[in-house]
Amino acid sequence: MFAKVLIANRGEIARRIIRTCRRLGIATVAVYSDADEKALHVREADEAVRIGEAPVAKSYLNIEAILQAAEQTGAEAIHPGYGLLSENADFARAAMERGIRFIGPSPEAIAAMGSKVAARETVKRAGAPVVPGSEGAVASADEAARIAAEIGYPVMLKASYGGGGIGMQVVNSEEELRKAFASNSARAKAYFGNGEMFLEKRVQRPRHVEIQVLCDGQGHGVYLWERECSIQRRHQKVVEEAPSPFVDEALRRRMGEAALAICRTICYENAGTLEFLVDEEKHFYFLEMNTRLQVEHPVTEMITGLDLVEWQLRVAAGEPLGFGQDDIRRDGHAIECRVYAEDPEKMLPSPGTIARMVLPEGEGIRNDVGVESGSEITPFYDPMIGKLIAHGRDRAEAIDRMKQALDAYVMEGIRSNLPLLRTVVASDRFAAGDTTTDFLESWGKR
Amino acid sequence: MATVQATMAGIVLRVLAQPGQRVEAGQDVVVLESMKMEIPIPAEQAGVVAEVLVNEGDFVNEGDDLVRLES
Repeated sequence: MFAKVLIANRGEIARRIIRTCRRLGIATVAVYSDADEKALHVREADEAVRIGEAPVAKSYLNIEAILQAAEQTGAEAIHPGYGLLSENADFARAAMERGIRFIGPSPEAIAAMGSKVAARETVKRAGAPVVPGSEGAVASADEAARIAAEIGYPVMLKASYGGGGIGMQVVNSEEELRKAFASNSARAKAYFGNGEMFLEKRVQRPRHVEIQVLCDGQGHGVYLWERECSIQRRHQKVVEEAPSPFVDEALRRRMGEAALAICRTICYENAGTLEFLVDEEKHFYFLEMNTRLQVEHPVTEMITGLDLVEWQLRVAAGEPLGFGQDDIRRDGHAIECRVYAEDPEKMLPSPGTIARMVLPEGEGIRNDVGVESGSEITPFYDPMIGKLIAHGRDRAEAIDRMKQALDAYVMEGIRSNLPLLRTVVASDRFAAGDTTTDFLESWGKR
Repeated sequence: MATVQATMAGIVLRVLAQPGQRVEAGQDVVVLESMKMEIPIPAEQAGVVAEVLVNEGDFVNEGDDLVRLES
C-alpha cells in the first residue's frame, strides 16, 4: 500500500478521501488555491501545497503545479476525486510518466470513454444497448436535421466532449434543432475546446440508473448494484438512492453484466460507473461511463458496507479484489441529498459566508461536507457544498430518517436548496418511487 | 440615471452592451459566471448605456455596479 497520497481535489470529496487514507495509515497531501487557504480539507491533510490562484484553470486544473506538489512532498500516488482532472487522460498519463500512480483507470481507458462518440462504439462492441442516434459526430445542422428526421423527434442534441449538461438540449422540431445546433456547438467549443455534436433519440419518461463497478488489475471485476439518480436539475443530480425502487432482480443482473462486459472491452481497472437510461418497459440504454469515483458513491457504501475509496487505493496499489459477485451484500436502503448553495426557487447560485451550520445526527445518518460555520462559499467552484446520506432497513425507514435529518439541518447566511430537498423527500411522488428525470421540471409546473 | 448591479458575486464572462447603445427593460447587458453557471444580468429599465464599469474577467461582488444607464 502507498505511504503517502496527494489528493488533487477540494471540498467534501478531498475530506472524504483523507478520512479513508487516515484509517489505512496513509499520509495525505492536500492542494489548494488562494480561495481555499482556510478550507477544511487543507487543515485536515498532513501536508498542504498551494497550487495557484482561485480560478480552477490556474489551480485545480493546473497539471504541472499538481505534479510538482506531488514530487515535492514525495507522494507516490494521486487521487483525483471527481470532476476537475479526474477524467483527464493527459493528467493520468503525465503522472504515470513521472512515476506517480494515478488512482483510477489507465489513460487509454479514460480516453476510450472520454468522447461520447467513441464510448458509444466501444459499448456496441461489448454487445450492450445504446440509444438509437447518429453513428458518430454530425458535421452540420443539415446532417443533424436529416438524421433527426430518420430517428424521429424529440431528439437529444449533445456535445461529444460535454459534461454537466453543458452543450446538451432536447429538441422537438427541425426549426428548434437548427437553432440549437449552432448555439450548443459554440458553447461546447468554449467550455470543452471541441464543438463536435451528436444526436440521440429522446427516451420517453426515462429513469437514470447507474451501475457501480470495481475492477482490479488482474482482470477481475464485480458490480456493486445500481443507484437511482433520476432527480436532477440542469442534468445535475440532486437526490440519489440505492437500490432503485424501479429495478428488479432480473434487470439488475442484466445491467450489471452489461456493465462488466463494457469494462472488459477496455481492460478497465479501479472504480467506475456506467450510466444508463431505463425506459418504462425496463429497456436500458448506455448513456456514458464515469471513469472515476462518483459524487453519490456513499449510497452504495451504505448498502454494501464497502469503502469505495479504500478499494480504489488497494486496486491502484496492485492488490486483487479477493471477493466475487456472490460476496457482495445489499442491506437495506440508502438515500443521498446533495446540498447546494443555491436559491431553491430560481435554482441560481448563492455564494456568501455561512453564518451558522448545524449538521443533523442520528441512526443511519452520514454527512459528507466540505464546509462549516464561518466558511466562505466563493463563486469559483461548484455550488455543491455537502451531501446528506440516510440509511434504513428499507426504503420507508430511509425516507423517514432523511426527512428528520433534513428538518434538523441548519444552514444560515447563504441560500441553500434545503427547502426544496425537504419537499421532494416528503412528497407522495417520491414515496411512490415515481422518479423520472423530469421530476423537478414537472415539479415547478405544479 | 440608473445602474445595473450584480445580483451575485461572480466573474464577468461577457459584456453585451456598449456605451451609447440603447437597451430595453429586461435586455441582458452582462453575463456573469458564478459556481460554473452563466448568469445573464438584465437591465431593469430601458435606457442608453452611459458607461460600462466592468471588463470581461473582472471579479464582482453582489451589489456592485456593472453598467450605468441614462434614461
